[in-house]
Amino acid sequence: MPSPTPAGGASPAGFPVTHLSLVRRVRSADAETRARAEDALAAVYWAPIYAHVRLSHRVELEDAEDLTQGFFVEALRRDLFGRYEPERARFRTYVRACVDAYVHNEAKAQRRLKRGGGAHVLSLDIAELEERLASDGHDDPDAVFHREWVRSVLVTAIARLRDRYEHLGRRTHLAIFERYDVMAGGEADRRPTYAELAASLGITATQVTNWLATTRRDFRAFVLDTLRDLSGNDEEFRAEARALLGVDPT
Amino acid sequence: MNRLSDAAVAHLRELVERPEGAPVRYEIVERIGEGGMGAVYLARDRDLGRDVALKVLRVPEPTGEERARILREARILAALEHPGIVPVHDVGTLPDGRVFYVMKHVRGERLDAYARGRRPRAELLRVFRQVCDAVAFAHDAGVIHRDLKPQNVMLGAFGEVLVLDWGVAKLRRPLPATSSDGAVATRMTGDAATLDADTAAGAVMGTPGYMPPEQLAGSASVVDERADVYGLGGILVFLLTGDHPSSTFPAGERWDVPAPLRAICERARAADIATRYRSASELASDVANYLDSLPVAAHRESIAERIRRVATRHRTALFLVLAYVVVRLALLVFARR
Repeated sequence: MPSPTPAGGASPAGFPVTHLSLVRRVRSADAETRARAEDALAAVYWAPIYAHVRLSHRVELEDAEDLTQGFFVEALRRDLFGRYEPERARFRTYVRACVDAYVHNEAKAQRRLKRGGGAHVLSLDIAELEERLASDGHDDPDAVFHREWVRSVLVTAIARLRDRYEHLGRRTHLAIFERYDVMAGGEADRRPTYAELAASLGITATQVTNWLATTRRDFRAFVLDTLRDLSGNDEEFRAEARALLGVDPT
Repeated sequence: MNRLSDAAVAHLRELVERPEGAPVRYEIVERIGEGGMGAVYLARDRDLGRDVALKVLRVPEPTGEERARILREARILAALEHPGIVPVHDVGTLPDGRVFYVMKHVRGERLDAYARGRRPRAELLRVFRQVCDAVAFAHDAGVIHRDLKPQNVMLGAFGEVLVLDWGVAKLRRPLPATSSDGAVATRMTGDAATLDADTAAGAVMGTPGYMPPEQLAGSASVVDERADVYGLGGILVFLLTGDHPSSTFPAGERWDVPAPLRAICERARAADIATRYRSASELASDVANYLDSLPVAAHRESIAERIRRVATRHRTALFLVLAYVVVRLALLVFARR
């Protein structure tokens, strides 16, 4: 049976010992590896970047959508992700600086953004994001970027956990975790009891307890694995992990 | 799609940090505190049927520096058996590699919150002396706290005073050797040695306002017990004024603080190490002198102040003498009529 541990060689603690992060894989000579890494980075960063464009540059909805997509097209065309140097700044600081430069140049040129052109098509769920931005409207744009970045990391980790567990046939584990920790939205009164979960899934309450603990442990590993993917080196990984946990959100 | 509400994000973030997989003996109840290095959870010790506090690193750490520091903190706590220092019960490693230790769960109030409750000055000074006693005990054991501040002092429900957070402490001499039986103990010995070397290199650790100039400058080699005296001085300023200590005692008459206590604060917080009290005991002794209306070493008193102090110290006897004189005078007056 395959291990539920995230990809890569695993240490006794369940974390990859050697792992080439996405940030490093976008520099790969292999086009397919590079394209997959770029897609993964775009999936994590599209929402924070959209929020940043909307709030920091005070851009209207349609233009923000264009600029966000345009930025990714530009990033791929100019290999911006591949030119990142971990020694100089955190990856997300670098991404924001690139976005700022791109938006500034676009405004200066005053021309319509080119879209598509064989580049990746992004799935922008603008309505949902706009709803959140409306309620965050008075917040500091940096704080909103950080919040969206955290959300994207968690969503990515859940997606990876889901893929892995489906591959392992652990659908019941996944159902428990999703119903108890994800769908309940963190609100205790919406959360089903272990007994209710056990009854609906046809297992015992003890199994619910144990399987939830296992899945949470793996979820944690996937979150940290995602952070590793988004970091250029160990130092950045630690800084990002602390930022995700709210210790140092800068 | 980012279909996660803010509440779900907060919940999942907490899950990531939560020490899932802690030994079965400890049932995690809730997070009760946090710091830069780790988070503290209230846990239930199933074997002994009591509540404990479990401190755990937030993230696995490739370099091992913080892991070494938390282990070292546990060892320091274990070595300092004193009523004013929280006892440690257990130490271990989670399946994900994070180190944790288990200590007594102190129910009570942090000193900063306690002091805001408008307590009598004498009561605050007695609490302060207990803090000094715990720190003096640590100094005797060769441990310098280096981050003394009101937030790191806890007052228990029964009046006990506990000094917490020894994570950046400096060791003046090696801790007692640990058993090489357990893997954790073996690792601790090596890691503690590494960390000592790191701190000696002069990393700046502490809290502005409570950190002496030599510590702020990163001069680890000159940081000694008097660095903690400076921190204690900061705590004393906070207790007397309710304000975060600045570089000097607040000027002007806004603060109704007697001159001897001001002088104690100033000597404890002198920028020049040689001017400071040499030890926490010496500082505590001067505060005790003030409470007992005895001369305070830090303050040269005027004749008027001396008369006032002696009168305060002997007020009962003075009252009896005065009462006697008044009665005698009254009797004389009545006898002449």
